[in-house]
Amino acid sequence: MQLSKLVKAMVVAIPVLALAACSSAPDDTSSTTADGTTTTGQDRRGVETGAADRVLSPEEQRQQRFAELRQEYIIYFDFDTSEVRGEFAELLAAHADYLVRNPSARVVIEGHTDERGTPEYNIALGERRAQATADYLRNLGVSSSQMTTVSYGEEKPLARGSNERAWSQNRRAVLVY
Amino acid sequence: MMKLKQLVFWTIGAMLVAISAMPSAKAQTALEIVITEGQDSARPIAIVPFQFRGEGESPYNFAEIVAADLRRSGRFGPVSNNQLPARPGKDADVRDYAAWARLGVEAMLVGEVTPLSGGRYQVTYELIDPLRGQITGGSAQALVDGQLVDSNDHIIEGRTSVVGEGQFRQYAHRISDVVYEALTGERGAFLTRIAYIYVDFDLDNPYHLMVADYDGYNERVLLRSPEPLMSPTWSPDGNKLAYVSFENGRPEIFIQDIYTTGREKLTSFQGINGSPAWSPDGTKMAMVLSKDGAPNIYVMDIASRRLEQITDHWRIDTEPSWTPDGKSLTFTSERGGRAQVYRVDLSSKQIRRVTFEGEANLGGVVTPDGNGLVVVHRANGRFHIARQDFPSGNLMVLTETSLDESPSVAPNGSMIIYSTTYRDKQVLALVSMDGRFRARLPSRDGEVKAPAWSPFL
Repeated sequence: MQLSKLVKAMVVAIPVLALAACSSAPDDTSSTTADGTTTTGQDRRGVETGAADRVLSPEEQRQQRFAELRQEYIIYFDFDTSEVRGEFAELLAAHADYLVRNPSARVVIEGHTDERGTPEYNIALGERRAQATADYLRNLGVSSSQMTTVSYGEEKPLARGSNERAWSQNRRAVLVY
Repeated sequence: MMKLKQLVFWTIGAMLVAISAMPSAKAQTALEIVITEGQDSARPIAIVPFQFRGEGESPYNFAEIVAADLRRSGRFGPVSNNQLPARPGKDADVRDYAAWARLGVEAMLVGEVTPLSGGRYQVTYELIDPLRGQITGGSAQALVDGQLVDSNDHIIEGRTSVVGEGQFRQYAHRISDVVYEALTGERGAFLTRIAYIYVDFDLDNPYHLMVADYDGYNERVLLRSPEPLMSPTWSPDGNKLAYVSFENGRPEIFIQDIYTTGREKLTSFQGINGSPAWSPDGTKMAMVLSKDGAPNIYVMDIASRRLEQITDHWRIDTEPSWTPDGKSLTFTSERGGRAQVYRVDLSSKQIRRVTFEGEANLGGVVTPDGNGLVVVHRANGRFHIARQDFPSGNLMVLTETSLDESPSVAPNGSMIIYSTTYRDKQVLALVSMDGRFRARLPSRDGEVKAPAWSPFL
C-alpha cells in the first residue's frame, strides 16, 4: 500500500515538475539574473540521492496492478447483450479484491444501454447488465449485501450522437463507490 | 417564444387578454409542427376568414387555427385564402355556390364574430356543402310530417356560441372538432394534449416533464429534475399523469395531478419500477417490477395498492398496454428469443404471441377501436413504427424515420405520435394511421421524447 502511495505521489509529482520547467519561459523575468541565466528551484548544487527499485513480492505487484485497474470503473457491452466481455475480467477482479478486503465498502452498479430499442426495454436490458456485473463480482467472493444495482437504460448517455462510436460507449455498467 | 409563453402563464387577467388578443399571432411554439409528407392525399376544403361585426380588427383569427388543425389531421387540404372567390360570413351572404364548387372543395366553413359586453364575443359558424347549395340554390323544400317545408340541407353544420377572450384558441379547436366529425364521421382530437419528456443536458435540472396542447402550444413544465424522468402516461379522465422518476437514485412510479401539482409515490420496490399504464376505468395501474428477479408485468389496484402478478418468466417482460375493454394487456417479452408482443388475458392469465414479422416488435399499443396494434418494428437493424391489423395479422410499416420508439395513439385513432431521431437529436413526430401523412415536431434545443397523447379532454 505504501508503495502504491509512492506511485501515486510520483504520478502527481512528475507533471508538477514539468509545469515548473515550463514556468521558466522567457516572459518569466523574476527569476532571470543580470547575466541572463535562468535559475529555478531545481538548479540547486549539492549532493543528490537516488534509490533502487524495491523488489516487489508477487502480492505487492498484484495490489499495485489492482490499484491501477481500479482507476477504471466502467465496463462495456456488445449490442443487446449483458455478457461480461473477457477483456474486463482483470478489471472486475481488481474491484472484487477491494470489496472482499473491505467488507464495509459498498458499490452501486449502474446498467446503461445505447439508444436503440425502446426506453422500457432498455431499462430491462440495463438491469440485466448491472446484474450480470454483480453476479460476476459475487462469483469472485463479493457479498451481495455490498452491492446494489440500478438501471438507467438509455436515459443517461455518456456519449451523444447516433453512431456506433457513441453507442459503444453508452452500452456500459458503471461501478460507483 | 418560450419566454412569451411563460409570461402568458404567469401573468394575470389583463395581460393574458392582451397577448392572446394579438391578431393571428403566428406564434412559434417550442414544438413547431413541420409537415413532411402527405398533403397530396388531403381533401380540399375552404376555411373562410371569419367576418368581424365590430369596430376595428377581429380579436382572433379562428379560421387560421381551424385550417391549421385540419391540415395537420392529414385528411384535409385547406385552400389558400387568395384562391377564395369571396369572403362571406354566413350562408345567407353566399351569392354564387358554383364559384365555390369550381374550387373543388367538398365543404366551406364561414363564420362571424360579434362583440358583446364584458370581453365576450358571439361566434357563429356554418359548414356548407357548395355542391348541394348549387343544386338547391340555397333553399330546398322537403317533406316533414307530410308538410312541405323549407330546408337548408346544404348546411352541414351550424352553431353559435359565446366565447370569452381567454378561450379563443380552445374554441377554435372545438370548431375543428365539429368540422372534422361532420365530414369524416369520426370524432376530432384537436382538443387534446400531449405529455412528454424534455431533456437539455446543458441545464442543472436536465429532465423535464412537460404538457402541451396537441399542436405544441401552451407548453407547461410539470416537473424539473436532476435525474431521469420516464414513461408519462395519462389517467383516463385526463387529470393526472403517472411517470417514472429517478429523483431518489432509483426508479419509482409517481402520480401527479396536472392541475393541482399534487403528487404521490405509487411504488418503490427493489429493482425496476417502470412502464406504468392506467387501466381504461382508471382504477388500476399496470406496471413492470423486477422485485423478485426478472422484470414481470403486475397490475396494482390504485386505491388499495394491492398488487397482482400477471406474468412470471425469467426473461424480460415489459411495456404493458391495456386493450380498450380493460380485460387484457399486451406486453413485450423475450420469452421466445427476440422481443415480440404478446397478449395476456387478465382473468385466465392465458398468454399468446401476437407479432411474428421482423426481427423484433416492441412497445405495442392497441388502437382505440381494438382492431389494430401499433408497434415499434425492428427489421434489418432499423426501428420503425408499424401497424398490425387484427385479426388478419397484416403488418404495415408506417414510418421511414430512424430509431423510432414510444408510439402513442390519438384518442380517435387517427394519428400516432412517437419519438424519433433527426439530425442526432431526439424529436417527436406524427404519422397518420394509414402512414400517408407524416410530420415532425422539432424542438428548439434539447431533446424531446416519450410522448403520450391524452384522452379526449
